[in-house]
Amino acid sequence: MNYRRLFAFYLLALLVVPTAAGAADSAVVIHGFNFDPARLTISAGSKVTWTNRDDEPHLVVSAGGQFPASPALDTDDSYATVFVKPGTYVYFCSIHPHMVGTIIVK
Amino acid sequence: MNKPPDTPLPRRRFLECMAWAGAGTLFLMKGGVLQAKSLDALGGGATLRDATFSFVQISDSHIGFHKDPNPDVVASLQQALAKINALERAPDFILHTGDLTHLSKPEEFDTLAELMKGAHAKTLFVPGEHDVIGDNGQEFFRRFGNGTNPWYSYDFGGAHFVGLVNVLDLQAGGLGRLGQAQLDWLKADLAPLSASTPIVLFAHMPLWNLYPQWGWGTDDSAQAMALLKRFGSVTVLNGHIHQIQQKVEGNVTFHTARSTAYPQPAPGVGPGPGPLKDLAGSPLASYLGIRSVRHVKGRHALALTDQSLG
Repeated sequence: MNYRRLFAFYLLALLVVPTAAGAADSAVVIHGFNFDPARLTISAGSKVTWTNRDDEPHLVVSAGGQFPASPALDTDDSYATVFVKPGTYVYFCSIHPHMVGTIIVK
Repeated sequence: MNKPPDTPLPRRRFLECMAWAGAGTLFLMKGGVLQAKSLDALGGGATLRDATFSFVQISDSHIGFHKDPNPDVVASLQQALAKINALERAPDFILHTGDLTHLSKPEEFDTLAELMKGAHAKTLFVPGEHDVIGDNGQEFFRRFGNGTNPWYSYDFGGAHFVGLVNVLDLQAGGLGRLGQAQLDWLKADLAPLSASTPIVLFAHMPLWNLYPQWGWGTDDSAQAMALLKRFGSVTVLNGHIHQIQQKVEGNVTFHTARSTAYPQPAPGVGPGPGPLKDLAGSPLASYLGIRSVRHVKGRHALALTDQSLG
């Protein structure tokens, strides 16, 4: 059996599947101590990338521990996670907790 | 969701003022009444010389920050420590009210600890939210903790000092937080004290809702303040907002200190908090500073002197 070809096929499958599901990547910009957009609706399987444009560090932490927390994002640092299951995900910055955002996965 | 500001207390005395720059301001607190005087108008050091003890507050050194308006926060902290070491009378101790580091990195804590060795007085610390990133303060408390609890108290010169922690387990949509365990501890800690004991409380985030829209406050601070109502003299020292703000409410005087690293805008001025880059031509050092506090025995008064680094 040609394991190398099988492995290549497996890799290709990994790359193709999310696209086939119709998921699109989304971006949230952190600036002025706000998540922008504060409320984002995406389809299941989409990736969301947060980028910090503030001079202050920020974190992205799920209020209910529903997705892994980001490390401290210094200026221009990014953090991404894929939302597989539909639902409402409230998150906040754990060091500036008045900063709150919501991801709605359909 | 932000909580509304504290409900006004009956017959409360209210005073707010701000000092941005300049030679500094001397604050005299007598029986809960705050008096502010320019350092230049002191006319000799008589007020300072009759003090029974003194201490200095520094705050928000943000070791690891390296951008505008201060690419060298190590140098500005060293400058602050030099000012402390040059005081006419060495302080009995130094309080650092949090945000020692910018990102809670071990090397940032190393630098801070090394720098503080240059101070001619022992330093006591409480953490800021920048000191507890990723590990809920484990590294901070291992290095700078005072006992089994994150919070602690001690008596000095007839006054009772309480270091509170309001940057742990913060909740989405909330402000700073003390938590029930700490409030219970505070209640027990204060219980044996006579009402005439001067109390000095220090914590990183303001223990009054200074500007909740920017997260400048503590959700359950009113519960802590309720425990302090029976005391004749209460002084609350905070950091976090990188500027001097004061408020007198009954016998409680609240103060926030300057940062040794960089200033932040006045509450509500501009789009949000964060480093103030446009200093309108003033040297950075005039926005940074240290605070020394002298206790005058028998008068239950604390004199606070803010000194800019410029």
